[in-house]
This record gives sequence, C-alpha cells and structure tokens, in this order.
Amino acid sequence: MAKMTGIEVSLAIAEAVRQSEVDVVSAYPITPQTHIVERLAEMVADGELNASYITVESEHSALSACIGASLVGTRVFTSTSSQGLALMHEIMYLASSLRCPIVMALANRAISGPLSIWNDHSDVMGERDTGWISIFSNNGQEAYDLTLMAFKIGEHKQVLLPVMINFDGFLLTHMVEPIFLFNDSEIKDYLPLYDPPYKLDPKNPVTMGSVGLPEIYTEAKKQQDLALRNSIAVINDTFKEFKERFGREYNTIETYRADDAEVVIVMQGSIFEPIQIAVDEMRNEGFKVGAVELRLWRPFPFDELNSSLEDKKAVVVLDRAMSPGGPQGPVLSEVRSSMYLEKKRPMIIGVLAGLGGRDIMLSQFKEIFNIGYDALKTGNEPEMAKIVGLRE
Amino acid sequence: MSKILRPKEAFLNVFANKMVPRREYFVRGHRACQGCGAALGLRLIFKEAGPNTIAVNATGCMEIISSPYPYTAWKIPWVHVAFENAAAVASGIEAGIKALKNKGKIPANDDLNIIAIGGDGGTADIGIQALSGAFARWHKFLYVCYDNEAYMNTGVQGSSATPLGASTTTTPAGKISIGQGNWKKNLPEIAVAHRIPYVATATPAYPLDLMKKVRKALNANGPSYIQILAACPPGWGTPPELTIRISRMAVETGVFPLYEIENGRYCLSLDMPEGLRPIEDYITIQRRYRHLKKENISEIKNRVLKEYKRLQLLEKMGSEE
Amino acid sequence: MKINEKPKLKELPFAIIVTEPGASEYYKTGDWKTLKPVVDKSKCIKCANCYIFCPDSAFEEDKDGYFYPNYDYCKGCGICAIECPANCIKLVEEETE
Repeated sequence: MAKMTGIEVSLAIAEAVRQSEVDVVSAYPITPQTHIVERLAEMVADGELNASYITVESEHSALSACIGASLVGTRVFTSTSSQGLALMHEIMYLASSLRCPIVMALANRAISGPLSIWNDHSDVMGERDTGWISIFSNNGQEAYDLTLMAFKIGEHKQVLLPVMINFDGFLLTHMVEPIFLFNDSEIKDYLPLYDPPYKLDPKNPVTMGSVGLPEIYTEAKKQQDLALRNSIAVINDTFKEFKERFGREYNTIETYRADDAEVVIVMQGSIFEPIQIAVDEMRNEGFKVGAVELRLWRPFPFDELNSSLEDKKAVVVLDRAMSPGGPQGPVLSEVRSSMYLEKKRPMIIGVLAGLGGRDIMLSQFKEIFNIGYDALKTGNEPEMAKIVGLRE
Repeated sequence: MSKILRPKEAFLNVFANKMVPRREYFVRGHRACQGCGAALGLRLIFKEAGPNTIAVNATGCMEIISSPYPYTAWKIPWVHVAFENAAAVASGIEAGIKALKNKGKIPANDDLNIIAIGGDGGTADIGIQALSGAFARWHKFLYVCYDNEAYMNTGVQGSSATPLGASTTTTPAGKISIGQGNWKKNLPEIAVAHRIPYVATATPAYPLDLMKKVRKALNANGPSYIQILAACPPGWGTPPELTIRISRMAVETGVFPLYEIENGRYCLSLDMPEGLRPIEDYITIQRRYRHLKKENISEIKNRVLKEYKRLQLLEKMGSEE
Repeated sequence: MKINEKPKLKELPFAIIVTEPGASEYYKTGDWKTLKPVVDKSKCIKCANCYIFCPDSAFEEDKDGYFYPNYDYCKGCGICAIECPANCIKLVEEETE
C-alpha cells in the first residue's frame, strides 16, 4: 500500500529511479537537478541502489555513456537541464535513432543567454526534432509517477525510444510536496525486465550505427518517425493501466473546466495548478473559461488536442519559451499547425509569460484570458504573441 | 631519394609471422584505400583480441570504410555513435557490463574485451575530454588511437597530432608557411599522466609487437592506451606499396619510437645498436614534407633526437617504485 | 542473405542494425586494382609476410602452407610485393576485360 510522504520532488524522482532498479546512472550535475544525482549517488554508496554510477565529465559524455550502457541491454537513467541539455543535443538524436529507451528527468530551466538558472521551457523546446518521447508533469506526484511510467513506455517492444519527463526547475525540483510513494514490491511487479531485441553481445555480433547512405537515410528516418507516432497507443495504454492499477489518471491532454468554455488557455507544466485558481475566480465572475494542458509534447497528440479545442471560441496559447524572429512561441506554432486543417477552429492567439523564471501572477492569468475575450470582441487575431508583464 | 633497403627485421620475424591465428574479425571488402596502414592496424588488433570483444568506433576513416549500410567489415559487436565520444560510449558499455555482472545476469568471470577506436582527430582533439574522463574514472577498457597524423577522412586537414612541417589542407605549406607550425601533441604522455597501467605505441610494420602489446593492454588492471602509427598513402603522399616500409622508417629514425609504459615504467621496444637512421630517409619520400628546406629538416631532427633521448632517460630511470 | 542496398521501408531492419557479421565480403573490392600481385610458388618460403601485411586480408593459405591473393578482394596496393623477403611476388598490369 502506497504511503504519503512529505518529500522534495527531486528526492522522490530519485526514489522512483531506485525502485525501477536501474542498472546504470550516467549524469552530470547542473542546477536545479543536482539533488536528484546527489541522492542517487548516496543510494549507490549505501548499497540501496545496485547500479553503476558514472561520474561523467560532461553532459555530452553523460548521454554517450547512457547509449553505451543501454546498448548492452541495461536500464539507464540520466537527468539534466538547460545548458546541459544543449550540450548533449548532438547525442539526443542518436539516442533516438539507436532506439535506446533511456529515461531522462529534465528539470526545465531557461537557456542562456543571459545566464539564468530559473525555470522556463526554452531547454525542452530546442529538442523537438530529436525523436524523444516528451511528457510534462505538473506536480511532485506526477513527476514521480511519470518517471516510473517512462521506463515502461520506453522499454515497450513496440516503442524502444528514449523518454524525457519534464518538470519545472525550482518550482518542482526544490519543493517539498506530499507524494504517495509506492512500496518497492509494487514497482517490481509493475516494471518488467528490460529485454531488447538487439544488444552488443559477442554471442550475437551486430553492427549498430552504420553509415546511412542517401539510398536508405530517408527510409531510416521514416522508420523512426513511425515508431514515435505509434508510441501514442502505448502511452495511452500505459496511462490506462496505471489508473486501473494505482488509481491516478493521466491523459495526453489534461483539461480543467474546459468542456463548456468559450476561452481557454493552452499551456504546459506546473502552472497548470495556479491557473486553475484563475479559472475558478473568473468562472465566479461569470466568464466561461478553462485550461487545457498539452501534457504529451512528443509525439504530438493531434487528434486529442484538436477535439479538445475545436468547439472553443478563442484559444490563448501560453508559451514559456521564445522563438526569436520566428513564430514567437513554439507551442503556439504547433497548436496553430495542428488546428490549421480543421473545418471549424477557434481564434488562436499567442502569449509569452514566465520567461527566465519570472512568476506569473494571478492577475496576469486573468489578463491572458481577457486577451482572448478582446480578440473575440474585435474579431482581430493578433499575429505577434504578446509578452505578458514586459516592462516597456 | 635514398636506396630502398631490404628490411633486416623481416628475416628475424620470417617464420614467427606464420604463427599468428588465422581468425579475422575485421574482414575484407571494406572501403579503405589501397595500402591503408590503419586498416591493417585494426585487422591485427582484432585478430589478437578475439571474438569476446565489443568495439566502439568514433566517426572517422575506419568507421566510414567499415560500416556503409548494409555492409559491415565487423565480425564482433560494434557500435558507432559520434565523433568525440568513443571513450564515453565505451565507459557506458563497461559500466553496463559491470552492472550486469553485479546482478548475476552475466558470469562474473566473463573476460570481455572493450576496445574503443578513434583516429588522431577523434582522440587528441575533439575526443580528448571524453578520453581523459574515461581514464580518470578507471574504466577497464582499451583505447586505440590509429594515428595517421591528420583528419584524413574529411580530406587531410591538420590535427594536433600532425607533425611539425607537415603540409595539410588547413596547415598548408605556402610562401610564408612551413605547414604545421607546432610539435605533435604527445598523446602517450597524456595517457601516462592519468597513471593508467598500460600505455604503448605500435605500428603495423611490427605486427607481432603490435599484437603482443594489444594482449598486454587487454590484460591490464585498468584503462589502457595504444597509439598506432598508421601510414596514409593519400594523406602523406607516399606510394601505397610503401606503407609498411615508411612505418618502419618512422620507427628507425626515431620519429615514432616504439615503447611501452607499464605502471609508470618506460621500456623502448626495439634495440637499435646502430643508432637512429637519418631522418632524411623518412621525410624526403613523403609529399607532405617535400617543401621543407634543410634548416626545417634540421629543426625537426634536433627535436626528434631530444624526444628520443628523453625516452632513453626515462627508461634508464626505471620504475618510480 | 542477399544483400539489398535499397530496401523498402517495410524491409528495413530495426534501427538499420546489420545482423550479418562480415557482410562487407559481399562487396568485391578486387576491381579497384590496376596492378595485381602474382606469386612465384617456386621461390616462396611460406613466411606469411604477405598474409600478415595485407590490409585487406586478401591472402589465403592453401593446404601446403603457400599463400595466394584472392583477386576478388585484392586492391593491388603492392605491399606484399615489397615485403616479400624472397622477392617472389611481382606486380603485373591487370588485364582489361
């Protein structure tokens, strides 16, 4: 029976990794993920976690070592943030194309420059095309649960892809939250042993990572794309099984009072919780508003997103990362692209907020809903995203 | 050009060559150039290492020529990830195998060789960080650097292992340049600085010596490093049939001395009672050096002698213990 | 296994992993050469220099211990001719078809 503990979210994630009986941990410390790797090192040092802990000399080597370990058939975990993720970017593509089900706890932190250790989503947005499964968690319980599910999803025979679980730096990593932690035996039952179809083994020599001449590169990429797209089915099944087994529900799209809403905010990450307060207050004032969270980022849940948005009047996409000189917000451009071919679609407006760790105030959430209402009133869909709280 | 001499050593090793095992794990049909020293080096290494080996290969000549899909010259498990991380991937493999042994999933006494392969580019330059990290963490694996003294695969650009005076496409000899202006980075010394148990230099011109060193490296109690001088006919501007001859000359002139450092103790691999061969024999038959003037060759010779004397001194010093 | 350089998507192996070790032997590099080595068996001392110094492992040993190049793979580099201590390998021009 799971017991509720007040535990720092980073330590809960370390606990999930321990309970998953990983074989290799290969990670480089970076604020704000340090508590995870420190706790894991402690667990290994005390014999609580029987794993090889590689104190790599950079994030690039961290992910490279993860690939090496994964390819000999072991369960691997890593964690990073911001600059570290950017440094391992080259290898991110390879983790996916070599089909290594590495699990990464990504503590979302702003990418330099200017240097920032605070929370936003610019790090994960740079990894959109790397072929990883990417899921957002909103609170400590979700970060813990999703880390466990990540091993199950990634190692599934029809998936075999790396998975990153996003959780907001400082806002989640350093918060002590009440979390139900499973007993070790429940997780032992839940996670099967990792059994890859191919591995580096002298008994069955294979060549991995060949040169992909123009004759086959296209087909190889399509194979990878199909694997990522088809993993939605496994992700949904995993969420369903988790609910039946443990009672907590996860969906690729989470909504709050969005069913009959006229104006919704689409967002990702831990602001899903404070936004619910803003929704409740505005509902009390008579406004039919709601929130929609794009929990699954990759593979992009086109069908589920479109059905949750198509009957709305206005959708304001709240991005926490900027694409300078481009379509402003990454989530904005993807939501617009997803809805483009729908016969019936709402107005889609973009907003940037919470960059570099700046708090989004309750009043600002309401301001954002009102941007949606203004668009409905004037009939103008503004092209440029507005940066909320920008001091001009 | 001096007369090409019949090698004396060939007679010493005449019948010992026959005794090498006939097994091949780096097989024919690969796309290496005619007379490729590196390909021969790898063939000999894996002939010695045997079937219970996992290889990690950095991007470079040897990776490209051996693995164009769907062909593969490898008869052992082999992986290529990226350019600068062969040592890091090897670290992961070693850690994974260790974990599997700890959990009883593979027998603890299974003697598996892990060999990381990189060119001088992937080792000395872009790969130096991963190399240093892997050595510092004391992973039990062998790192082989096939040193053809430039970034050969991409078109003979200079690396930090390019010798002084060599012309490459990024250190070209010109009206005001003698080519590479810096001395060759001393990678074996960098390996020794990490105090790893076994470091050696080798070249395919001395095949039995190379294979013996591979065996010693694989038996070492910690990380090991072997640097193999790999003559490159297109990159050095030498005829393909002279690959072995020129590698032998590099050793005989002292340009690439063969030695081992076992637990800090230096040991030169060859007795050369007649002293070093004149460096002109080696330099003047390579197109990459043809622009050099007498004073440049003098400078190179002096430095080669200085480095060689240093090795002799270190050998005399014996072990630090 | 028949080697297929242009597989269809559904024929493409998982992660383009090559499962046949040594599949490079399907690729005959023998047509690279312009000069080919010819061994004079009468002079050969069976020292195996040619065998050990060939970067393409092209030399094969017969039942009597003599070594002969396999012209399917020999690239004609000429190392064998230079390294033969008995001077029994000659490089001759490859005949045009």
